[in-house]
Amino acid sequence: MVEWLTAEISSKYNYWVSILLMLIGFYAIIAKDNLIKKIIGLSIFQTAIFLFYISLGVVRKGTAPIVSEEMILKGYAYVNPLPHVLILTAIVVAVATTAVALSLIIRLYEEYGTIEETEIIGAIKRKEADQDRPAF
Amino acid sequence: MNSKKEEENVVIETASRIMIPFIQLFALYVITHGALGPGGGFQGGVVFASSYFLYIVVFNIIEGKKRLPESVYTTLSSTGLCIYAGVGLLSIILSFGMAQYLNYGFIPFTSHFEKNRSLGIDLVEIGVGITVMAVMVSIFFDLAGKEKKDKGE
Amino acid sequence: MTSFVEHLPILIIAISLFSALTILVVGWFNNRSCIFIFWLTLLAQFIMSLFILNHVLAYGPIHYWLGGWKPPWGIELVVDSLNAYILIILLFLSLACAIYSKSNIEHELPGKRVSFYTLFQLLIAGLCGVTLTGDIFNMFVFIEIFSISAYALIAARGKIALKASFTYLILGSIGTCFFLLGIGFLYSITGSLNLHDLSILLPPFYDNKVVKAAFVFFIVGLSIKMALFPFHTWLPDAHAFAPAEISAMLSGIMIEISTYVFIRVSFSVFTLEFLKLLPVFDILCWVAVAAILMGSVMAITQVNLKRMLAYSSVANMGYIMLAVGLSLSAVESPWGGLNPALMHIANHALMKGCLFLAAGAFIYKANLWNITEFRGLAKKMPYTCAAFVIAAISMIGIPPSVGFVSKLYIIMASIEIKNYFFVAVLLISSLLNLAYFWRVIETMYMKHEEGGRSSHGSHGTSEEIPLGMLIPILLLSSLCIVMGIVWLGKVPIPVLDQVNLMFGLGKVP
Repeated sequence: MVEWLTAEISSKYNYWVSILLMLIGFYAIIAKDNLIKKIIGLSIFQTAIFLFYISLGVVRKGTAPIVSEEMILKGYAYVNPLPHVLILTAIVVAVATTAVALSLIIRLYEEYGTIEETEIIGAIKRKEADQDRPAF
Repeated sequence: MNSKKEEENVVIETASRIMIPFIQLFALYVITHGALGPGGGFQGGVVFASSYFLYIVVFNIIEGKKRLPESVYTTLSSTGLCIYAGVGLLSIILSFGMAQYLNYGFIPFTSHFEKNRSLGIDLVEIGVGITVMAVMVSIFFDLAGKEKKDKGE
Repeated sequence: MTSFVEHLPILIIAISLFSALTILVVGWFNNRSCIFIFWLTLLAQFIMSLFILNHVLAYGPIHYWLGGWKPPWGIELVVDSLNAYILIILLFLSLACAIYSKSNIEHELPGKRVSFYTLFQLLIAGLCGVTLTGDIFNMFVFIEIFSISAYALIAARGKIALKASFTYLILGSIGTCFFLLGIGFLYSITGSLNLHDLSILLPPFYDNKVVKAAFVFFIVGLSIKMALFPFHTWLPDAHAFAPAEISAMLSGIMIEISTYVFIRVSFSVFTLEFLKLLPVFDILCWVAVAAILMGSVMAITQVNLKRMLAYSSVANMGYIMLAVGLSLSAVESPWGGLNPALMHIANHALMKGCLFLAAGAFIYKANLWNITEFRGLAKKMPYTCAAFVIAAISMIGIPPSVGFVSKLYIIMASIEIKNYFFVAVLLISSLLNLAYFWRVIETMYMKHEEGGRSSHGSHGTSEEIPLGMLIPILLLSSLCIVMGIVWLGKVPIPVLDQVNLMFGLGKVP
């Protein structure tokens, strides 16, 4: 059982690492009260998926996928470039999401003076109770 | 105290003055080698934007906004994307609807189909580079600027 | 060889992007002209979508290879009857919201017109892209484009909307990340990203755990995006506090586009044989039933009209997903296969679009958010209230409105598979719909304004909203009835039958 487990983990350690990172990120998103920490968690979550993709493209002893004459002559193996290109796009998307999230946090801070989620919800609830109608 | 601070500033300012042109040159190198080697518009654009970041960090944000005002980077960001999308449209228009969108081979830069395609990709990389540079700078200003902005992002 | 129409799919997306950027630049010089660029673009897109539907019905699917690269390697746009149908609904609703937004946006978002229209156009570009693409990674990128524009648009009002947008951002990003992970699993098995290519390469691996895991990731990720019941928590706030036309777009079409992606992924990529191996669609039916009941009950407890409508959207997503869940087993002609689901996507866009725009009109004119404040509103705003009532009647499902037709077909499908519990749930939910809409209608028509307490700046007797806002509302509400009759006359059914034929659903001829 132990042998099987160690073999399973060591042969597929890239998947285990990305799953572990994903769960760390997920934990941060769910459990942290600070909005910035939530965004950090989200970034870890996204990065774990990027790592998963990049590890898909790996070829043992492969070189960078730039075709040169030497490479063709000696028959070098090269890593699969497609996941890298996909992840380049996904990274740009992730950067955009993070930028929107950070600017939202800045606006929230200007509005409520805090970036703790419970305090923001409390402020909204208090405002609703004061005006006896939902706060807009 | 005051003189010491200024002295430090002199060193940093001079160093950055020397470094910024080289960073920008390197960015242009990365952008133009996007089609044939590693690199391209995204990476080159970010490197180019980082030269502005260095400028803004060393001098201050007001100086930085004088160098690259909001109207300029907004226009640049859409110009870059217009180059990108426009080159694609050109290939439909110039081939009288025979070629597909983004099929750069049909734009008659030269008489060679493959050369046209490569030139088209270079043009697209330049467009992407401009946009990425402008958008990175605008994100930087949005997050760093203290004055109130009325835009969400 | 390539006729003009075959270039239209990419032009719809490209024009949309172009116009977003043009609005941004032109807005610097002339603030007023952006709306006209926006309208012209949408009108052009709508006309193009009509041409596409015509071409698809006449000559079959359009395959467009971007850059001339052949499909498994290059990105391909595929338009079949399903895409073309969804595209028309999408662009029609966008056009209505665009006409509405001219007067409303100055009131709701003063001084933000340029960025609003840029983001709105990007939202539409993303939605069109998701609808038209035939490449699964491309689909992910477009999903993110429309999501990011939606986050920014929801936050546009500031204050509480910021919190709503942030919640949506976190949940929506998790949803798209799951989608991305699902794509990664499929790529690791097949090495392809093209939808059609995947459907050819996948069958030998149907027993593989990775493929099953990928399917589960797709379901969970898309359920978050479409606000299916346990994942609906982001929806009420986000839809309630966005600007009115954006609420209409979000409720009317954005969550439906996620349903479209679900249908596309499960029927085009995983095909029917795979779906019959797993009991996923049976489970989906029960989840959808829970969504219908929960959404309706929660809607009754709401005070804020837009929040009530948002919970009603949760219930309506339940209807659509129930119809999708039943599509495998129900085969009889008018209600077999995906017919009721696709019908309800169109119908919900009309009804919810009209309701949200009307709710926005109340806020525009008198800053009325709560149902209790609507006393005597019918006298002040007769046309808007009438349109609201027609759409509400449609929601409840009184013949010959559109809501009646889709509910009837879902009920007939449930009867066909002899599951009378679903029939009971649908009837109960109609009663619940009646309960929460009747409350609004009663306050508007039956109760008179308390004398002397003319609160929230309401003065004078007749204060109808500007014509530019009234026309889309009246158009959508009249279509609620007209389309109901058209559906009953089975005019658009051939389009839906083609979809069923393509996926191998419904009765095998």
